[in-house]
Amino acid sequence: MKMKTLLMAAAASVAFTVPVTSEELEPCDNCADEMTIVSWGGAYSNSQIKAYSEPYSALTGVKIVNDESSNEAVAKLRAMNEAGNVTWDVVDVVASDAIRLCDEGLAEVIDPDSDLAAAPDGTPASEDFGDLLVSECFIPQIVYSTTFGYRSDVAEWNGKEPTDICAVFDLENFPGKRSLEKRPINNLEWALLCDGVAKDDVYNVLETEEGVAQALAKLATIKDQVVWWSAGAETPQLLADGEVVMGSTYNGRLFSVIEEQDQPVKMLWDAQVFDLDGWIIPTGLSEERLNRAKHYVKFATDTQRLADQAKYISYGPARQSSAPLVGKHAELGIEMGPHMPTDPANAKNTFLYNYEWWADNRDDLDAKFQAWLAQ
Amino acid sequence: MSSTNEDHVSNGTMPDDGIMRAADGTPLKQRLAKALRREKLRSFLLIAPLLLFILLTFVAPIADMLFRSVENNIVEDTIPRTVEALAQWDPEYDQLPDEAVFKALHDDLQIAVAERIHTRLGSRLNYESSGMSGLFRKTGRRIKRMDEGDYKAQFIAADKDWGDLETWRVIRRFSAPYTAGYFLSAADAERTSEGIELKPENERVYLMLFGRTLTMSIAITISCLLLGFPIAYLLAHLPLKTSNMLMILVLLPFWTSLLVRTSAWKVLLQQQGVINDFLVWIRLIDDANRLVMINNQTGTIIAMTHILLPFMILPLFSVMKTIAPYYVRAAKSLGANDWTAFWRVYFPQTVPGIGAGAILVFILSIGYYITPELVGGTSGIFISNRIAYHISSSLNWGLAAALGTILLALVMLLFYLYDKIVGIDNVKLG
Repeated sequence: MKMKTLLMAAAASVAFTVPVTSEELEPCDNCADEMTIVSWGGAYSNSQIKAYSEPYSALTGVKIVNDESSNEAVAKLRAMNEAGNVTWDVVDVVASDAIRLCDEGLAEVIDPDSDLAAAPDGTPASEDFGDLLVSECFIPQIVYSTTFGYRSDVAEWNGKEPTDICAVFDLENFPGKRSLEKRPINNLEWALLCDGVAKDDVYNVLETEEGVAQALAKLATIKDQVVWWSAGAETPQLLADGEVVMGSTYNGRLFSVIEEQDQPVKMLWDAQVFDLDGWIIPTGLSEERLNRAKHYVKFATDTQRLADQAKYISYGPARQSSAPLVGKHAELGIEMGPHMPTDPANAKNTFLYNYEWWADNRDDLDAKFQAWLAQ
Repeated sequence: MSSTNEDHVSNGTMPDDGIMRAADGTPLKQRLAKALRREKLRSFLLIAPLLLFILLTFVAPIADMLFRSVENNIVEDTIPRTVEALAQWDPEYDQLPDEAVFKALHDDLQIAVAERIHTRLGSRLNYESSGMSGLFRKTGRRIKRMDEGDYKAQFIAADKDWGDLETWRVIRRFSAPYTAGYFLSAADAERTSEGIELKPENERVYLMLFGRTLTMSIAITISCLLLGFPIAYLLAHLPLKTSNMLMILVLLPFWTSLLVRTSAWKVLLQQQGVINDFLVWIRLIDDANRLVMINNQTGTIIAMTHILLPFMILPLFSVMKTIAPYYVRAAKSLGANDWTAFWRVYFPQTVPGIGAGAILVFILSIGYYITPELVGGTSGIFISNRIAYHISSSLNWGLAAALGTILLALVMLLFYLYDKIVGIDNVKLG
């Protein structure tokens, strides 16, 4: 019996390619020994717990409480801040929410070079993350993309398969319903790209009234064929039910439909829009809790830890130095590299999302978009 | 007058002025009032803890939240000197504010940037004019590097929007500690340099959503009534054993999660769903023309009627239970046919139940947002979906509060009308 547990422990330690020993982790002075980490729940939280939290607890003995409130983190953080009782230590949010939280003074400012670990070859964190550091409060973790999946068994398509983004707007060759997200972000950009606007001009065009009208007019050509979604799980479900023939969602969701559930669905990586997800540390923490949060984040976003997470979910690590370390899926045993949005074969044509621009124009365009939807 | 005086004397200690008195001589009326007052005080003291609890945990937070719809201290608190200096500036005059204003802004922003509150002000002003949040973020980064003197040129160099009259007009317009801006936005209007006017047509949403929320809530209430009335009637007239069994079936939905019930409707109603499959199978509809029953208003009305039905059935049932059967029997023995007996005698007695059920269903449906969000598509969403968006995504709590206040006022108005037309004492829950 004892032998068996020993063997299992040995097998487990092999799975972690580079185990960190407690000597390598710098000690945390004056730190709290309990912390609450907030994330999105589901497979995503699991990948974080396996890759970051379990090793961290094992090394430091810190008790970690997991909360799954990321989708309402912005509002809750503001309410906590107003009440003067912030109960969260580290919060996982998408980049646009991080910008909003930073603007509202609800997230701590981070100095990447002193607060984050350098790459193994000594490259400072600010260079390793590069321009993914989109806000001074934001610590990038993964790159995900919003992209399209389509059913590979649609009879009406006569054997044709979509190869570029404009197939979404092509009802003649690719008839059937599509699902799009119920918000202006990404949809307006795709519409303009397929209406002859050059990639670099998209935001300049959207800046004008006519540009918004142009994008909405393009979307109007498929409006009665669109099912609008608000939760990331909807498109995979709609695709699996045959309710839509193609639809946009996060690439990790499509990965699980294709690889884990074995549905006749394929990826259309063309014009995928990269987006980022990462950590913020709330303002208003006591000194011990702040120290602990910073210590955790430094550990959880080092090169090896970010690469480890990709074993459990098909999102690309945000550090350049992590990419070569990405291995196989921990349970399915498939090579994860080709499923990453950042893989060269998938990233032939990508669209760069302009955070600053959306931070300024989101409310305005959202009102216009909602009014258009309701017409 | 004199005779009463004599009586007074002749009766000894007790004054006889026609007033009933207690043994100690105080008028009985006074004693009664005192006793009643004590009674009232005692009952007030008994409910005081609950009252205090409700005031503190329910009324106060809601009032505080609603107050945000007019509160606008942030501009004055963040850039006080600029607001003061800007008061001298005439927004109608086609010239930028003078150097003194720019200097005041520089001093204000220096403090604000150190405290990291300038971006918050940017977000606030961005609700009124897009681009403000970027302007303050960008200027905040540059402020430390600004030299003394000629601030105007330096600000315009930092961001050309500082040279735009409209930027200053917006700051000036929203520098007062209270604002009607949120309420105007909630009514699809805005205050421009030319006064209050409706927003351009392609930005109007809220009035339409208020209208839709009301009409669809009424539709849901009516369909709940049409479906619920026969069920309640059946429940009230079956033997106790069977009706208890059926009552459990009515209550069953309460024991399942709201999300599960809503998702179940998706499975049933979608185009590749159970109902469409069945209709195609029995050849009632063609495979190419499957019915669209979800992600539109139909979906919202069907799913919400199902969810709110028990709230109609329960008050109807408890009122019907109390209606004595001999009224209908008497009507029939006097020659009324079945319909007349039901319509003239039975139905009027169920009106209090209908009133209670209708109010419950209507008020619940007006504030619903999960179900419309999931099955409503674009044409079936309610005003509460926008309130939720502003609370949790855009963080524009002022606008959310204004929308909430308007919704509350609308409900109260309808309640008042109901009281005038039907009478609120005509409502009975059992």
